[in-house]
Amino acid sequence: MTTQTTAPKTPSTPAGSAAGLIGLPPRLGRALATGGGLLTIVSTFLAWTWTQDFPGDLTINGYPGGLQVLVLISAVLTTLLGLASHGVKGLGWLAPAGADAALKFAALATFATAWYTVIAISVELGGLVNLEPGGFLVAVTSLASLVGALALPFQRPEPDPLDPDAGRVERVKHRSAHTWETVKAAFTADRPRPLGKLPAYAEILIIVAVLAVSLTVFTYGIGTEYDELFIGFLITAGFGFAALSKSGLIVHASQITSRHQNITVCGAFATAALFPFTQTDDQYATLGVYILIFATVALGLNIVVGLAGLLDLGYVAFLGVGAYAAALVSGSPSSPIHVHFPFWAAVLVGALASLVFGVLIGAPTLRLRGDYLAIVTLGFGEIFRITANNLDGTSGPDITNGSNGISSIPNLKILGWDLGAQHDVAGFTIGRFANYFFLMLIITAVVVLVFRRSGDSRIGRAWVAIREDETAALAMGINGFRVKLIAFAVGASLAGLAGTVQAHVTYTVTPEQYYFAGPVPPNSAFLLAAVVLGGMGTIGGPLIGASLLFLIPNKLQFLGNYQLFAFGVALILLMRFRPEGLVPNRRRQLEFHDEAEAPAVLGKTGA
Amino acid sequence: MTTQTITRGETVLDARGVTMRFGGLTAVHNVDLTVDSGEIVGLIGPNGAGKTTFFNCLTGLYVPTEGEVRFKGQVLPPKSFKVTAAGIARTFQNIRLFANMSVLENVLVGRHTRTKEGFWAAILRSPGFHRAERASRERAMELLEFVGLAHKAEHLARNLPYGEQRKLEIARALASEPGLLLLDEPTAGMNPQETRATEELVFAIRDKGIAVLVIEHDMRFIFNLCDRVAVLVQGEKLVEGDSATVQGDERVVAAYLGEPFEDAPGAEEIAEVEAAEAQAAPTTDAAPGKESDR
Repeated sequence: MTTQTTAPKTPSTPAGSAAGLIGLPPRLGRALATGGGLLTIVSTFLAWTWTQDFPGDLTINGYPGGLQVLVLISAVLTTLLGLASHGVKGLGWLAPAGADAALKFAALATFATAWYTVIAISVELGGLVNLEPGGFLVAVTSLASLVGALALPFQRPEPDPLDPDAGRVERVKHRSAHTWETVKAAFTADRPRPLGKLPAYAEILIIVAVLAVSLTVFTYGIGTEYDELFIGFLITAGFGFAALSKSGLIVHASQITSRHQNITVCGAFATAALFPFTQTDDQYATLGVYILIFATVALGLNIVVGLAGLLDLGYVAFLGVGAYAAALVSGSPSSPIHVHFPFWAAVLVGALASLVFGVLIGAPTLRLRGDYLAIVTLGFGEIFRITANNLDGTSGPDITNGSNGISSIPNLKILGWDLGAQHDVAGFTIGRFANYFFLMLIITAVVVLVFRRSGDSRIGRAWVAIREDETAALAMGINGFRVKLIAFAVGASLAGLAGTVQAHVTYTVTPEQYYFAGPVPPNSAFLLAAVVLGGMGTIGGPLIGASLLFLIPNKLQFLGNYQLFAFGVALILLMRFRPEGLVPNRRRQLEFHDEAEAPAVLGKTGA
Repeated sequence: MTTQTITRGETVLDARGVTMRFGGLTAVHNVDLTVDSGEIVGLIGPNGAGKTTFFNCLTGLYVPTEGEVRFKGQVLPPKSFKVTAAGIARTFQNIRLFANMSVLENVLVGRHTRTKEGFWAAILRSPGFHRAERASRERAMELLEFVGLAHKAEHLARNLPYGEQRKLEIARALASEPGLLLLDEPTAGMNPQETRATEELVFAIRDKGIAVLVIEHDMRFIFNLCDRVAVLVQGEKLVEGDSATVQGDERVVAAYLGEPFEDAPGAEEIAEVEAAEAQAAPTTDAAPGKESDR
């Protein structure tokens, strides 16, 4: 964070007063931020480099490409927020929580993306000489915009009183703590002003717009063709999202969506169903299917971990059981059982097999609490994989074909629709993966339905009660073991459901797909990470967490062996700064932050 | 006795010879206690006397080593959730609410044993499910009204002030429609006004026909409230009777304040001590002794 070094070195600044992080007059800062944003917009239309060696073709005047588009978007956001902070009429809706903090983040987004691009060009092509004037311009304007934004006034926190006898180390610690508090305060927004009631059609239009934006962002992220663009996308999306949430727009949007929950959920599925139509070939639809499988299983795990609070580290085994069960009855030539069930029967077999496996594992282990349960489930997950490896006809009966797995699983055919073939529907080409994407979307819908309905019912409250305080829950008449077993079994069958589709998508089911931890999701560790990263006990959380956890290793291939390391660092940072996950459950938010930062009243969307 | 309406005098709880040993330690020894319907019974005793252990034996958290507990004639099952289903509800000494659930949800959890809708009902959402859910919510709101928390139904339990958390715990226990309510130090940490309010609340619960068994250290509260008081000392029941009997019993006073010395200090010794204290007083501000502890 570069801003930390610019933090106040002048102790004479009276605490509690309003002044910027950088000592410029606020009016000048505001103008600088807005003007910088405006000039950055202009600069994205210029050429930044002279050669097309840098991916994305940044050489054309008058037509932004690649990373320039990202800079353009964040610059537009910066300019709009800048104008809103000037109090321009008609832009007030953009920043219901005050534009200043949001403007800082937006300027940061512009600056980070622009400078990342400029630095990437210079490094990859060897020297600043490869920059065209446009490149220099964007560097200067985005920096100016950031400096201006940082000069905006904010409420400085009072420093904690310092013990006069404190030693040097303590003094330094105290000063850095205060600096950190000040920087944090600089980026803190007010509580957004309450949202008035809009006509129903307007609110639904807003929901449609929000969904459309999310689809665009997601499609853009999935379709990024080279590493630089994906990193730029992450920077822009991250800071841009922060800017929007500081401006209070996210709060307003979630208020509107919680007023129309059913419309939002249906709309989200309709939007997701549009995704294959945005793709011209099957290349990225593949990613879509895998993400959806991963996300669905993570959502199933969220019932077990997020609602009932049972830490299950062997969850991927249930996916495996479902996949194996479906593969065995799929009519594959390498399956020892030579039967070919129709899809609905295969789904039932897969879900039932997982259910039985879940109850078998759950019945003895659910008497344990906390860490012990985690260890035992971890063990059972590995037992499943090793058993599948050994049932090859030599070490055990021939069922799973050992490490070769069950291969050449035929494509599904549902109601005469061959999911393996390409179809042309209304001018759009629906490829194999797009077919499976639609099928998987139905499974996801089932899981979402189960999650929502069971969460908001007697059984769901019993799960949460068990998670909160098991002794008290027992004293309230909840049969803890039974309720936990139900959670375990429901989670297992949902994973099995996803497994049946996974077997057909991947053609092959092998034991290696179901490790505890590995570089490729889904595995138990990544599933749990998706739940924790996204937000426990929410529906959106695991979906977003799973998308990120799948896309990032997939797109940043250059990380290579450092992937897991980077993943670990990212998780630690997240747990430090946002322990409730990206999409916080309101309960969780209250658990981890002071009451001042979170709503005191739990709305209907809390669960 | 044939009618369902509970008449005063019917024995609700009948504990006989309850003994609880942990290894070599006997925490509760051979305690008999009965509670009749519509009665408020207090259980007092110095710290470590085994009151909470006895409570845990009554609620199925512990299975007594010896003796048996009957509730309305039936021997209690050894699991705490079954005890709740049978009709004994309890609160905890250190509040154990579901902190991250709303006030209303806490009470709804208390309704668990009185509703039946399972997983499939929740998924399929039949009209019966909606009806049961609505009925539960209405009942829960009535209870919140009863304890005076209806206006905070949507707040998180953890955000309630201390006294209201105690009230919520009682409402949650009442939601399981108990025949007997066990309160474990319901006024601990409360100021006199809050204690008064709790007293009123317990009377109101009694008037609903629910028997109440209270553990408490606040003697004024206990003697105002209870029809009968039992004193537990070192795991054994010392005395049982109405307030006057217990208050007048020397053994109770001795159990709380300790026995007098073998040969109590004579006037000479007292004078000696006072003289020493008078000398010491200007130099040290020593903690007041037991004599000044009014």
